[in-house]
Amino acid sequence: MNQRYLMSTGAAALAITLMAVWPAPPLAAGQGTQVLKSGEKAVTVANNGTPAKPYVAPKTPDGVPDLQGYWTNNSITPLQRPQGVTKEFYTPEEFAAAAKKQADSDEGRITAQVGTVNDVHYDFTQFGLDKSQTVLNGNMRTSLITNPSNGKIPPVTEEGKKRAAAKVAAATPRSAQYDTVKNIVIGSRCIYQGAGPPMLPPGYNPGYQIVQGAGYVMILIEAGHEVRVIPTDNRPHAPEGVRSWLGDSRGHWEGNSLVVETSNFNGRVAFQGSSENLKVSERFTRTDANTIKYEFTINDPSTWETSWGGELPFTKMDGPIFEHACTEGNYGIMNTLAGARAEEKRAAAAAAAKKGGAQ
Amino acid sequence: MRILVAGFAVVVLVFPAVFMQSQQTQTYRAPRTKDGKPDLNGVWQAVNTANWDIEGHGAAPGPIWQLGAEFSEPPGLGIVEGGPIPYKPEALQKKKDNFADRMNRDPEIKCYLPGVPRAMYMPYPFQIIQSTDQITMVFEYAGALRTIYMKHSDAPADSWMGWSNGKWEGESLVINTSDFIEQSWFDRAGNFHSDELKVTERLTPIDKDHLNYEATIEDPKVFTRPWKISMPLYRMVEKNAQVLEYKCVEFAEDAIYGKLYKVPLK
Repeated sequence: MNQRYLMSTGAAALAITLMAVWPAPPLAAGQGTQVLKSGEKAVTVANNGTPAKPYVAPKTPDGVPDLQGYWTNNSITPLQRPQGVTKEFYTPEEFAAAAKKQADSDEGRITAQVGTVNDVHYDFTQFGLDKSQTVLNGNMRTSLITNPSNGKIPPVTEEGKKRAAAKVAAATPRSAQYDTVKNIVIGSRCIYQGAGPPMLPPGYNPGYQIVQGAGYVMILIEAGHEVRVIPTDNRPHAPEGVRSWLGDSRGHWEGNSLVVETSNFNGRVAFQGSSENLKVSERFTRTDANTIKYEFTINDPSTWETSWGGELPFTKMDGPIFEHACTEGNYGIMNTLAGARAEEKRAAAAAAAKKGGAQ
Repeated sequence: MRILVAGFAVVVLVFPAVFMQSQQTQTYRAPRTKDGKPDLNGVWQAVNTANWDIEGHGAAPGPIWQLGAEFSEPPGLGIVEGGPIPYKPEALQKKKDNFADRMNRDPEIKCYLPGVPRAMYMPYPFQIIQSTDQITMVFEYAGALRTIYMKHSDAPADSWMGWSNGKWEGESLVINTSDFIEQSWFDRAGNFHSDELKVTERLTPIDKDHLNYEATIEDPKVFTRPWKISMPLYRMVEKNAQVLEYKCVEFAEDAIYGKLYKVPLK
């Protein structure tokens, strides 16, 4: 099957969906959330500008808001407001243009020359890595960050700058990146793929499954089958020394919202350069049948002068979430290391031959 | 007509229930969740050495002499009911080969997903999070996870943890799991299965802190007949019991890739 043909139909489908949806509903400036499913009928769950009745979330048998189901936070909204953009919300036309730019960029990645790395690495249309293939949150914001109001991460403290500089100095030189698996980035090694918190859109597999038992909320993150088990029984945090990639989460209910506080990070993820003192607050609020409003606040005085945060919608999607057995199928690492060793052997042989020829 | 049907249903449904109750007066009745089902929520763990060998076994040295007593094999009575595992002859040979070459073959060494039933008796806790339509089991080992679909559905593809559909039978949660890939093992002794494995599990509370766990193993490619394992699962009664994050992938990297480093590991 011709890749270019496949992709261009995908992009066309997205473009058509965008065109079909955007001019139609009169969105109140940025208040609405549109849910797109490429190639399918677009569902609009937008606030149409008239004051809506306050939404009351359904309750579980235990009487707490029911967040259960399958969700996605697939988004093209950047964390920080792009250079030169000063407003908080795009117009529908501008957002459509931004979505198209993303689709074009995806297309660029898969219409690469036959035989190049981009051509053989992944077929974006085949594996759904193309963001336009899944439900896309039509978040009209120009940045996920809403606090501070300029949409940018606040200034880094002196301590944070020092730590960042030390990290750069200690970084593995590019020439050594395939000497051992330890020099390869964490995500490629299937150790941690940015599950959070904060739970921001990952590169791909932006799927989530929420199941609630008495006193607990379980969130399965599709990418790398990461799991968050959040107790809501007011227990204290795990001891200071119990550090982990996803941190230690404690939740409680505030009206319609699940509020989660997470600490005890191991500091190795360094979300946006954070330290192990990072604390993340999250708030999950059902705002309608198809949406959870997700708000996050980042608190790390060792890194930033002020706390900061933002929001994005989680949108209902069809399940199920399938098992992402990452390390089990990680032939990439094996082949990369084996390739590097073969390369070294070949270089050594070539050098020896050259030396022999010169004599 | 509707009344007739309803009346019939009452007779059929209520009579056996009354009968069973009188027959099983000793049966423990578990506390109920708010939706009326036996409450299996909690952090559980097997307390046995089945992860070393699901069959009865004496103490034995471990595979790494440098680790001495820290990683030698403790004895255990086993969890297999009614004699040895009924392997077909060629499969029994493969089990022996697996054990002999376990340093290369055991998926646990590589931190691969444990499969079922191995996940249930690995020496780590797991948590049951019980909802109405879905019950999840979150395992500390490798962050493995099972979803038990109480509204049944078909597997989209084969997987390490299989596809589990569940139903309530009185006090028991009965789970049918199939659609496995063939790469997981039952234990460190090389006991294995094929992609035709079907596991039927029954979890029954026997008092407030214990579940009885039974599983029937069927795999016509590997075994001559279905066979059964059983064991208790113990509730972690610590007030702060918690399934912690144990990402073992990183700790298995040297074992998987070490020979391919620029300075190879020996």
